[in-house]
Amino acid sequence: MKKLLILGAGTAGTMVANHLSRRLEDDWKITLVDQHETHHYQPGFLFIPFGIYGKRDVIKPQRDFVPPGVEFIVSPIEVIEPERNRVRLTKEGRYLDYDFVVIATGAHIRPDQTPGLAEHEWHKSIHDFYTLEGALALARHLRAWPGGRLVVNVVDNPIKCPVAPLEFLMLADWFFRERGMRDRVELIYATPLSGAFTKPIAAKHLGSLLEEKGIQVVPDFLIERVAPDAKKIVSYDEQEVEYDLLVSVPLNMGDEVIARSGLGDSLNYVAVDKHTFVSPTHPNMFALGDAAALPTSKAGSVAHFAVECFAENFVRYADGLEMLHKFDGHANCFIESGFGKGLLIDFNYDVEPLPGRYPLPGIGPFTLLQESEANHWGKLMFRWMYWHLLLKGKELPLPALMSMAGKWQNN
Amino acid sequence: MTTRMISGKTVQVNEEGFLLSPDEWTKEIAIEIAKEEGIPELTPAHWKVIEWCRQNATNGRSPTLRQITAGTGISTKEMFALFPKGPAKKVAHIAGLGKPEGCV
Ligand SMILES: Cc1cc2nc3c(=O)[nH]c(=O)nc-3n(C[C@H](O)[C@H](O)[C@H](O)COP(=O)(O)OP(=O)(O)OC[C@H]3O[C@@H](n4cnc5c(N)ncnc54)[C@H](O)[C@@H]3O)c2cc1C
Repeated sequence: MKKLLILGAGTAGTMVANHLSRRLEDDWKITLVDQHETHHYQPGFLFIPFGIYGKRDVIKPQRDFVPPGVEFIVSPIEVIEPERNRVRLTKEGRYLDYDFVVIATGAHIRPDQTPGLAEHEWHKSIHDFYTLEGALALARHLRAWPGGRLVVNVVDNPIKCPVAPLEFLMLADWFFRERGMRDRVELIYATPLSGAFTKPIAAKHLGSLLEEKGIQVVPDFLIERVAPDAKKIVSYDEQEVEYDLLVSVPLNMGDEVIARSGLGDSLNYVAVDKHTFVSPTHPNMFALGDAAALPTSKAGSVAHFAVECFAENFVRYADGLEMLHKFDGHANCFIESGFGKGLLIDFNYDVEPLPGRYPLPGIGPFTLLQESEANHWGKLMFRWMYWHLLLKGKELPLPALMSMAGKWQNN
Repeated sequence: MTTRMISGKTVQVNEEGFLLSPDEWTKEIAIEIAKEEGIPELTPAHWKVIEWCRQNATNGRSPTLRQITAGTGISTKEMFALFPKGPAKKVAHIAGLGKPEGCV
């Protein structure tokens, strides 16, 4: 019996289990481990603060997505021991041996890494929407919020779904307008980057979007600490931004199990080949999804395309054959822009987001780098696709590698 | 894409003056760009950072500020003193590497 061990049953791990249980023969045993019984649809967290989605829209039992024949173990993972090809679980100190291991433990927020952030004002005047609890607390807060200065701050990059903070601001603009209180709300975006849009072509097409919506950008703001009582954030170069309500995207890091196992960089991400996801130090180890240190976005869409490339490769690799598919860093993200509209970006390691039309048989085309209602519906439809097709590894009409079809090249 | 002359050498740059090819970089170019960035003189501490970034660049892209501080032992505060306002971007510019970017 050959053993494949998958660590983490999030977007990437669940998809790997489904794709490979279908492709691998009976002489394989696949085991999937996660600390939680429930699966979270994280892209849905964005809509919770504004009352569009509730808790029930974004959680389902993990076991609904575990394919027959795959063993599912619920336990925190204590440590990975690649030299001994085994993993120790926290529960009962149990060891699991493997022939191959896939690390898919994702990334999560670490508010503890910024002084003042997660102290006595946490989930009072300081909120997050990157966790289910955070998004629910913020929804409660916004229902009764009288207005004032709402500051969205990204602590540092990379973060999962890098466009989520912008989407939050654009939805906030819509939300407060709907409630007839937009004139009592200031919307401010403090980012460590040099602007809200940093890629030249996207900046050209979208640069005025935030200004039109009355969202103020504070660029080059690298937060050092929060002063929770004075209600201000302070940067390393002593800039200060005052707030009444701070919505923070705290530092994102890979799980501590990566650090405990000595496998991560300074943010606990695992180094792997960017085309094949193989570890450069351990040829029977892979990392997929947000856990991997890859020069592309940390996004569910990336995990999806990556897993499709990986699954076909893995079957060959395990048989000692060369891997044929080379992942290109493909990402495809709908961006909510408020008022029932959205944007779409499609890019990879080499091609930055371009304008044009994204063809999708039967449903599309969707407009690239341009607002449209179709894009908004695309984003909402995605939740259904996630639960019913994507996680279960079913065919989606989206090519894994990026295509130039429909993209305009003279910008 | 344009070219420009920096300290006697013609190099390719993007709209914001970042070198397109790290191989075209020289120390003289670094000194010149540093002046444009408001740093009149590059001290040994500056060079330590610049050299570390060039050695640890991946695909011509500069390391992040967090990687620089972890790798060189220079604190974030000191980085802001050495390269005021947006140190990651300034170092990348001076070291002839790609600008730190988001996905859009
Ligand atoms: C607010 C928000 C909005 C987003 N919007 C979008 C979007 O519009 N489009 C898009 O494509 N992506 C979006 N994303 C990103 C997307 O959700 C993630 O990129 C994706 O879920 C990554 O999948 P993953 O499998 O790598 O990690 P995850 O799905 O996070 O799964 C990791 C799993 O590992 C488990 N785990 C971790 N450590 C341990 C341990 N030590 N022991 C046991 N189990 C462990 C966790 O419990 C978890 O189940 C968004 C994310 C957020 C937070």
